[in-house]
Amino acid sequence: MAMLSENEHPVKAFGWAARDSSGHLSPFKFSRRAIEEKDVTFKVLYCGICHSDLHNVKNEWGITSYPVIPGHEIVGVVTEVGTKVTKFKVGDKVGIGCMVGSCHSCANCKDNLENYCPKMILTYGTKYYDGTITHGGYSDIMVSDEHFVIKIPDNLPLDGGAPLLCAGITVYSPLKYYGLDKAGMHLGVVGLGGLGHMAVKFAKAMGLKVTIISTSPNKKEEAVDHLGADGFLVSRNIEEMQSAMDTMDGIIDTVSAVHALLPLIGLLKTNGKLVMVGAPEKPLELPVLPLLLGRKIVGGSGIGGIKETQEMIDFAAKHNIVADIEVIPMDYVNTAMERLLKADVKYRFVIDIANSLKPI
Amino acid sequence: MTARAFTGENGDEDVTIKILFCGVCHSDLHVAKNEWGFTNYPVVPGHEMVGTVMKVGSDVKKFKVGERVGVGVIVGSCKKCESCQQDLENYCPQTIFTYNSHYTDGTKTYGGYSDMIVVDERYVLRFPDNLPLEGGAPLLCAGITVYSPMKYYGMTEPGKHLGVAGLGGLGHVAVKMGKAFGLKVTVISSSPKKETEAIERLGADSFLVTSDPAKMKAALGTMDYIIDTVSAVHPLLPLLSLLKLNGKLVTVGLPDKPLELPIFPLVLGRKLVGGSDIGGMKETQEMLDFCAKHGIAADVEVIQMDYINTAMERLAKSDVRYRFVIDVASSLSQ
Repeated sequence: MAMLSENEHPVKAFGWAARDSSGHLSPFKFSRRAIEEKDVTFKVLYCGICHSDLHNVKNEWGITSYPVIPGHEIVGVVTEVGTKVTKFKVGDKVGIGCMVGSCHSCANCKDNLENYCPKMILTYGTKYYDGTITHGGYSDIMVSDEHFVIKIPDNLPLDGGAPLLCAGITVYSPLKYYGLDKAGMHLGVVGLGGLGHMAVKFAKAMGLKVTIISTSPNKKEEAVDHLGADGFLVSRNIEEMQSAMDTMDGIIDTVSAVHALLPLIGLLKTNGKLVMVGAPEKPLELPVLPLLLGRKIVGGSGIGGIKETQEMIDFAAKHNIVADIEVIPMDYVNTAMERLLKADVKYRFVIDIANSLKPI
Repeated sequence: MTARAFTGENGDEDVTIKILFCGVCHSDLHVAKNEWGFTNYPVVPGHEMVGTVMKVGSDVKKFKVGERVGVGVIVGSCKKCESCQQDLENYCPQTIFTYNSHYTDGTKTYGGYSDMIVVDERYVLRFPDNLPLEGGAPLLCAGITVYSPMKYYGMTEPGKHLGVAGLGGLGHVAVKMGKAFGLKVTVISSSPKKETEAIERLGADSFLVTSDPAKMKAALGTMDYIIDTVSAVHPLLPLLSLLKLNGKLVTVGLPDKPLELPIFPLVLGRKLVGGSDIGGMKETQEMLDFCAKHGIAADVEVIQMDYINTAMERLAKSDVRYRFVIDVASSLSQ
């Protein structure tokens, strides 16, 4: 298998991959395709660890094809551009998120919604146009169609900016789509992890009042003093939850575990919107009467298109929004995964690829 | 259900109405049998009534004696909250329902299975001349219950594709309104025998039987929106799968238990499930005028008052096309 990956393409590459559903990551020699006319090659400097990476390496969704190199919050510096590339030049700071390909011709692609294209190609673990499997950012270089490359403004730190490419767009897109982006609105954020803390930062920058809803009372001080949240509700505290009923215009729910929707629906005002960006594997219970009585909705959202991802990065640069991160060397990644499983990180691990990924 | 007599005084802002017809809504059955657990007996149901004005209070501006009017699901609200001020009296936390509710003075409200009613003019609708009384009565609940979400959720773009789940009182009116908005309409039903009726009489463009896997598969990702009128507990996943990207599933039926909501389809297709509950007074009037303009009335079976208990039994088995309407004036005598 490793031999096959090394010789699949002409450009030698090196990364860390999971080889089986234990999810254990280890050094892995592989190869990248030769640069084509519309491609950009970049040296990877940092890569964020998204919880999806953990789900994937352990085959929790049942779709993983090993070996898999995860990582879809990738930032770096351009080293080569194809002959027809117009948006980038060598030396540019760039990033790649969750997608590296789509059909370009369907209605969704034409509407800048590549993330909803039925033939969308994920940054890792998916078949590329040439039939080979894509490999992600826990690696030294990336080669990608320029369409899917995001320009990182100079003033945005690369390490704190990396998680924006998945966590950032995952919360930014629904704030815009569901109209929860107007100054003065009251937004609830359920779950204070990678996605949740980004939602707080974006919503505050948009002028919203933000209340965090969490199962962990010990996150309160951090949330209010450090992240700037206006309020904090402990979801198990029935009195607190009841006193906040009918106060929120919207809620971004980042929780992937199965959990109760009824108390959250109760927090919404009339016409309120509960937006799911976490993806519990099992269905949740939907009480219908509360939806009817308040004309409320439960909607979903998944990452965002490329145009919107660029818009989000530019917005973040303008408002100095970056993720709160713990930078780690490559060989810490398995420990990081164990800690991630226990939500023991504030709030994203970011691998310092450039300084710690050493070929074997 | 047996005959009861009721009289009420007419206040300055009130209108006294002689009731001519009253529709039988499934909610009437739920409340009569205390299926929701809050019935306060004795209850006089009925919230789809039409009649004529007999008396108006001194401050009444909108109506005069002799006019045809309607009364729907609500007869009062606080008039001060944000919802009331936005003409959304139906979302006021202090809504007073036409029956089984209480006025602020503590007196009970009694509904339209009766000879007359006294209502604050704000909650009385002007009944358009060219709407038939019998067919128009059910619009006061069934009509507004589907019209309001169709407007709020943007289900009115000509050429778009609407699915209507359930073909009963609510569903058949949704089909008619959908066609009037210029939509393509597909009825989604568990009963294959309703197909001919749906297409030939109601004007639906197509009919999808939920138990036909091949047809359901072929319809995946084809609908812009779905109005779900089904009150029994039912799976949402097949309906969500019928929606396109950004599709909206709006539930107006009232299952008595929570439904299972799979989250992946919402996230992967940016879809939503929303609710809606009747409509405000302004919108109810707009709906009646819309129906008058487009010749939309409910399909009804007119009955006498003393048939009501049999009608309720038949309603429980969905044995009606598609609303019973009580001919109150000619059959309710003292």
